[in-house]
This record gives sequence, structure tokens and C-alpha cells, in this order.
Amino acid sequence: MASVSLKQVRKSFGHTEVVHGVDVSIDDGEFVVLVGPSGCGKSTLLRMIAGLEEITDGEIYIGDRLVNAIAPKQRDIAMVFQNYALYPHMTVFDNMAFSMKLAGRSKREQRERVDEAARILGLEEYLERFPRQLSGGQRQRVAMGRAIVRKPQVFLFDEPLSNLDAKLRVQMRTEIRELHQRLKTTSVYVTHDQIEAMTMADKIVVMNGGHVEQIGSPLDLYDYPANLFVAGFIGSPAMNFLHGSLVTTTSGRAVRLAPDCTLAAGPTEEPDGRKVVLGVRPEHLVINGPAAAGVEAEVIVTEPTGADTQVFCRMAGREVAAISRERHLFAPTTRIRLDVMEGKACLFDPETGQRL
Amino acid sequence: MAEKEQREGMHYLESLPRRWVTVYIPLLLFLFVLLFPFYWMGLTAFKPDAELLSSGGNPFWVMEPTLEHFRKLFIDTSYPEWMWNTVIISVVSTFVSLAASVFAAYAIERLRFKGSRQLGLAIFLAYLVPPSILFIPLATMVFQLGMFDSRWALILTYPTFLIPFCTWLLMGYFRSIPFELEECALIDGATRWQILTRIVLPLAVPGLISAGIFAFTLSWNEFIYALTFISASENKTVPVGVITELVEGDVYHWGSLMAGALVGSLPVAVMYSFFVEYYVAGMTGAVKE
Amino acid sequence: MRSQTLNRWLDNRNVLGLLFMLPAAAILLVFLTYPLGLGVWLGFTDAKVGRGGGWIGLENYQWLWEDSVFRLSIFNTFLYTVVASVIKFVLGLWLALLLNRHLPFKSFLRAIVLLPFIVPTVLSAIAFWWIYDAQFSVLSWTLVKMGLIDEYINFLGEPNLARASTIAANVWRGVPFVAICLLAGLQTISPALYEAAAIDGATPWQQFRNITLPMLSPIIAVVMTFSVLFTFTDFQLIWVLTRGGPINATHLMATLSFQRAIPGGALGEGAAIATAMIPFLLAAILFSYFGLQRRKWQQGGADK
Ligand SMILES: Nc1ncnc2c1ncn2[C@@H]1O[C@H](COP(=O)(O)OP(=O)(O)OP(=O)(O)O)[C@@H](O)[C@H]1O
Ligand SMILES: [Mg+2]
Repeated sequence: MASVSLKQVRKSFGHTEVVHGVDVSIDDGEFVVLVGPSGCGKSTLLRMIAGLEEITDGEIYIGDRLVNAIAPKQRDIAMVFQNYALYPHMTVFDNMAFSMKLAGRSKREQRERVDEAARILGLEEYLERFPRQLSGGQRQRVAMGRAIVRKPQVFLFDEPLSNLDAKLRVQMRTEIRELHQRLKTTSVYVTHDQIEAMTMADKIVVMNGGHVEQIGSPLDLYDYPANLFVAGFIGSPAMNFLHGSLVTTTSGRAVRLAPDCTLAAGPTEEPDGRKVVLGVRPEHLVINGPAAAGVEAEVIVTEPTGADTQVFCRMAGREVAAISRERHLFAPTTRIRLDVMEGKACLFDPETGQRL
Repeated sequence: MAEKEQREGMHYLESLPRRWVTVYIPLLLFLFVLLFPFYWMGLTAFKPDAELLSSGGNPFWVMEPTLEHFRKLFIDTSYPEWMWNTVIISVVSTFVSLAASVFAAYAIERLRFKGSRQLGLAIFLAYLVPPSILFIPLATMVFQLGMFDSRWALILTYPTFLIPFCTWLLMGYFRSIPFELEECALIDGATRWQILTRIVLPLAVPGLISAGIFAFTLSWNEFIYALTFISASENKTVPVGVITELVEGDVYHWGSLMAGALVGSLPVAVMYSFFVEYYVAGMTGAVKE
Repeated sequence: MRSQTLNRWLDNRNVLGLLFMLPAAAILLVFLTYPLGLGVWLGFTDAKVGRGGGWIGLENYQWLWEDSVFRLSIFNTFLYTVVASVIKFVLGLWLALLLNRHLPFKSFLRAIVLLPFIVPTVLSAIAFWWIYDAQFSVLSWTLVKMGLIDEYINFLGEPNLARASTIAANVWRGVPFVAICLLAGLQTISPALYEAAAIDGATPWQQFRNITLPMLSPIIAVVMTFSVLFTFTDFQLIWVLTRGGPINATHLMATLSFQRAIPGGALGEGAAIATAMIPFLLAAILFSYFGLQRRKWQQGGADK
């Protein structure tokens, strides 16, 4: 097992640069998720770690070794692809044993290692089948099995679950996590699904447009997003963003959204009158009756999910979402009041998007 | 080619007589015209000369079938040798072309080296160069290289039209193999050569069969080079031999000519019947780009 | 160490690419590109069989320009190409549409329809030769029996009849190719389009005009380009059926070039005739290439 570090890594295709100087360091045994919207350069970054794309500039280390000029097969990594990339003309066994065959390992060792991997993944019955005779989830497992038989230094995953249906995705998510607990192999996992990132990662790297926006543990990112992009990207439904300016009220600092409509902002050093964006997660908005404290809002629609209720409403001319554990059943146009839980508001600079 | 399950759809709206007029009768006419020459070829091959040259009777049937024409063909002419020449030349030039094409197609389509796109286009253009503008300069070359009247002349020149065709066809097949398979194999530790032999080629087997049988048919059918570069009777190929040797002056031995044409068509027809799907895939694949 | 550097080289795309291209490129350069240039050069010489020629500039072309047989062969080539291609297109499309219907034994039908295309042209041409025979033609026999004609037709003996007969044989061989390729194109058109059109009230003809033809047009362009190129450079059929006769009425440029160069021995002149075909071929290729480009653009150019 090994650490991985990326130093000012850049990538250009022709004249367009798609990765603009990325610094990430991944500790030995860590499970790191690269997450970001489509086209932000996650796969490109992963493929550079794998050695499938040339590094235009910067350095990549696996362990202590600079791998910029080292071929994929010598990097001691394994990769799981989105479409699994199982060799269609080989049985499951041969798929898993292929790398060992190429390396000239003995038949016995091949058998042992494949059997072990198959046992871990519950694939014992399928070893003689061809990929086309397997279900999506089983194929996914074979792809994982092919990676783990090699006992590599680093696992690389490129959206391995996106071809599965929702239920299977949740199940495989857990399985991959468990596998990691067990093998403790350094893993880099690419996804565009922030829930996957939140549930699986030790550390999340949020990317956007070829830049790293923020690196941190899932809950850090959730609670202390560094900027508007991360705040909006992590969490579902997304954080509410409300433009306004800072004021001081009797109950402390607040953001004025409209002439007589202010929401608590929590303590801040910024001066009154500064333009800010107030970010509040839906579950941090308290729904009160019409007579209670908070800002008045008009319900647009109520969506009960069973576990909780999402209430979408219009407040000071903007749409906001609130989530409550209680089973509210407001009719549209019902008037309610919303308030921010204490200490749960984030303030962002509207120009730079950075957190204040 | 995926044989799609054809839905009956709105066919129920069409009455049977209408279908006869718009579909079945035209189709039967087409089939009749397309197949009649073969019937005629076969019939003539078994007709004794007396029946052939008499103007009475029903020409569409044979009264006393005879194998005389075949006997004459195989005993009195060099037909067996022509057949053997054609087989050797077709098989060797097909294999040579296929081997060269596999490498070329893989390089152009998968290695993506500098200039591979231009080369791909050049291959396509080479495919469009017709033998009828090449045979004169090739004849002078063949002569200078001392290959005139030898099989080598044909084995070396047939690839000029086989390689572009096979390469173009195989490029299409290679393109359909996902890149990730090769990348995965790279990570698994395979060399380029191992990727080609253990991943790409096994997956391109249908393409190889298509290209192979198409190339074989093309070389079997080739005429102008064989007509130009070969002069001794025993070195000829079937198409050239039949047309140049079975016609003596103004006396046409129609029976033997037809027997020769029939026997000469059989190998490709038999191979075709086994591999129709591949053949059609090859033909339409080359056209569809 | 040595083998490691060797391996590094072999893993380099450019090096490996060149290595893989080598066999094909060598064969094509020596036996295709070089002869192509040699052919053009021979056209400017007075080479004869058995002796290399000297440079005579445009003399061959001047001589050919005044040669009525050569001019006739150009006319014949165009006539042959245009008429045969148009008929092949119409009949081929019709046959493809018929085969695309709901039919019993569909794949069997498709297989036997293609037979004329796979059988060696020379050998099927011999069958046509026999069918067109002046004395024993089965066509004439049938027509006489039906009382439509009194005398046997001399199919290959009269200039215009010979032209029509050779074109008919060419069409017979070419229709299956066009039909099967277009059928492959037809099968890619989603039936849902026709169902939508039928619900919108389109008649069969309107469906053909507004769905089939536009969807099929890219493949029609490619197939017809091939068909035109192969017809334009045809040699075998004419050589077997008429050898260019009667009175040069069916000589194509390819057959004339062969006749002058090989039996006639005038390699330079033959090469000049062959070279004269190149501009026409290029024109046909460019025409279809730009035709395709425009069509792509019209369809939004998104899908290939
Ligand atoms: N071979 C290539 N040539 C040119 N541009 C490329 C190439 N591969 C990727 N790109 C561009 O690089 C950018 C990043 O692509 P990448 O595949 O890394 O995105 P991604 O974050 O993985 O997106 P997704 O979630 O859709 O997979 C995209 O804008 C893409 O268009
Ligand atoms: Mg990606």
C-alpha cells in the first residue's frame, strides 16, 4: 500500500487545458473520492494517476516513486471502469486471472488468489461463466475482483456504480466500503454523485472546471463549505442561497433580505451594510406557525417522503426549501414562518463566492 | 448484423391480393431474372451437344443429361490446374493481405500515432483506385521483376486491392471494441502485442472472417491482372482459362464453357452459403464506413 | 538494460504505429502508389511491349484527341455508367424496399439475391454471352415462340443492341449489391418513425418521400459512388461479351486501354487512356465527398 500525491498536475488536450494545477495528497490506506460536475476533469485526473494519459505538467508520486514517466503496468495499481471493461471472450476466472497470467504466475497461485477474491465478493458460483451471462451487479463484482486479485498499491475507480440501478448502487456502495475496511488499500474513487461521495469517502476532493475547490472530510465539507460551489454541490436538496446585506439587530447580527425581512446570521466580524450571500441548509430552517418568530413565507408545495417532509416556499421573493421531521401537510399558499437554527448559517462573499 | 425481430405492425391493413400485386409478384420477377442465368448455366452444362444445337424441342429442359462436358473440361483442358492455381493464389494473397491489414488497421484505429488519420483516409482512397488504371504499369513492373507468367505476379499484386479493403473493414471492427478493454489490459500488465493477440483479435473474429471471405472472393474473381500477367495455359486462373482457352476460333463449346463457369463459381458459392451473414456484414460494413 | 530500452521503444505509439504499418505500407507503396505514378509517366512516353519508351510529352494525348475510337470510348463509358447506374439505383432501391417487407424466408431470400454479385463476373458473363448468342439465344427463342418477333435478335451484333445488352448484364450483376446495401440502411430506420407518420396520416408514398429517402440518403450517396466508380472502370464484362465490338460500339476506356496496350503492344498509348480516366474518377469522388459533407451539415452534423 502506498500514499499518492499530486503536485501542480496539469493536463492539456491540444491547446485546451482541462486540469489546471491540482494538488492533492492521499495518505496510505485512505479512501478518497473525487467528486464534481460532469466534464470537470475527474476522469482525466484519475487516468493520469493510472498512467493512461500523459501528464502535461506537474508531478505524481505513488509511494515515494515519481511515476510521471512510468507505464501503467509498472505503477502497481488496479482500475475499475464505469462500463466494467470485462474481457467478453474470457470467463470470469480468466478475467480475474489475466494479469497474473501475463505476469507468469503459477497456475496454483492464480487459482488461490482468484478463489480468495471470489469468496470475498461472493462470486464462487460464477467463475466459469462469461461476462454476458452475468447481471450488472455481478459484472461489477467481477471488475472489483479483477482489481483485488492483483493486490495493488492503489485502487482507482471511475464511476463504477453509475450503470447500476438505484437499489443496487446503495448495496454496492456498502460493499465497496466494507472491502476497503478489510483490505485497507489506498483508493481513489471518482463519482459525480455527491451522496456516494459523502457516504463512502474518508476524504472528499471537490473539483470544478479543472480546479480543486475544496478538500476535506465529508462532514467538514458539509458543515464548513469553503465557497458557494461546494456549498451548493454537497447536500440534497441543495443549500438555500439568499442575497442580502448585513445588519445588526437586537438579537445579534442578521442578513436583511428585504426592507423588513431579516434572518439571523450568527456572529461575524464583517461590517454592517456589506453585501453577502446567506447560505442555509434546508434542514436548518425551522418551520413555525404564522404567529411565531422568523420570516414570513408562502408555501408552494409540500413533498412528504415518509421519513421527513420537504417544504418549498417563497420567502421575500425567493424560493427556498426547508426540511422538517414533522409531518406538515400545508396546502399551497399557506403562510408559515421560517427561522434559521442558531449558528447554522453560512455567509459568502457574493463577488468571489468564498466563505466569509 | 443484428437480425431485428420484425414486428407485424400495420400489415393487417393490407389485403392479400394487394400484397400479391405490390410485393410477391415483383419479387418473384426479380428472383426469376436474377437466378435465370444460373439455371441456364447449369442446364447447358448437362445438355448434350445435339440438344444444344437443335432448334426444335423445349430448350428449357434437358432430355438426356450428360457429363460429357465435364469430362472434356477435366481431361482435355488444363482446368484442374487453373483451379489449383486459383486456389493457391487466392488463399495466399488473402492471408498475406489479412495479416498486413490487421496490423495496419490496429495501428491506424488504436495506436493513434501521428498522422494516423491521414493514413486512414489514404487507405480509403487506395481502395478506390481501380485495377483498370494500374494494370499497364504493373505489367511493366512484373516484367522487369521477372515475375511474368508466375503465380507471384498475382500473389503480390492482388493485395493492392485486398489490403485497402480489409484494412478499411477491420478499422470499423476495431473501432467498435471499447477502449477501456485495452486500457484495462495495459494496467493488467499486457504489452501492445499481447493486447493485440489476446484481446483485440479474439474480439474481432467476426470481422476477420468477413474480411477473409470477402478478400478470397475478390481474388477468386479477379480478371484483368490475371489476363495481363499470365500467358502459359497451365499458369492461368479459372476465369482467364475459361475465357481464353475454351474458345477455339469460332467454334464455341457452349457445354464446356458453361460447365467451366459452373465449376468455377462453385467454391465461392459454397463458401458464401456458409458465411452469408459475414459476407453481407463485410459488404455493407465497407460501404457504411 | 538493452531489452528495457527496446521495450520502451516498442511501447511508444509512434514507433509501434510505424512498425505495424510497415507491411501494408510497403506493399501498397511498391505495388499501388509507384505504379500509379509510373502509369502517368508511361502516358507521356512511347513505350512498347518489350522496350522502354522515351519521353514524348503530350503526343499520346494529342493523337488520342484526334482518334475517333478514343472519343467514342469516352462517350460509351459515360453512356454505360450513367444508364447502368440509374437503372441499378432504381431497381436496387425497389428490390431493397421489397425485401424490407414482412416476408417469409427473409434471410434466405436475401442470401440468394446476392448470388449474381458474388459469382465471378467473367463466369456469369459467359452465361450472358450464351443467352445473347445470335443463333441459339433463349431470349430470341422465347420471343419468337410468343410471336413477338420473326427473326432471332443479334444482341451483340448491332451497336445499339450491344450497348443495351452489355448494360443489362451489368445491371444484373450490380442490382444485388445496391439492393443489399440499401436494405442494410433501411433496417436501421426505426419502425417507430413509420408508426408516427401513419398516425399523422401520411400515405405510403409520403412516408417514402419524407422518411425513407431522407434517412437513406447518406448511404445512397456512398453506395452509388461505389457503383459509379466500379461501372466506370468496368472491364471484365465488356471483354467477355463483345471485346469492344461491334465496330467499337461498346469499347469503354478500360477495354480500349487494354486492347491498345496488351494485344496492341502500345503501352504508352494504353497508359495515356488509363490516365485519362483519373480526372473523371476524381471528379466523381469529390462530387460525392462534398455531397456528403453538405448532407451532414443539413442534418445538423451531430451524428456520424
Ligand atoms: N481525449 C480528449 N481530448 C480532448 N478533450 C478531452 C479528452 N478527454 C476529455 N476531454 C475534455 O476534458 C474535460 C474533462 O473530461 P473528463 O472526462 O475528465 O470529465 P469528468 O469529470 O470525468 O466528467 P464525467 O463525469 O462526465 O465523466 C472535458 O471537458 C472533456 O471534454
Ligand atoms: Mg468521467
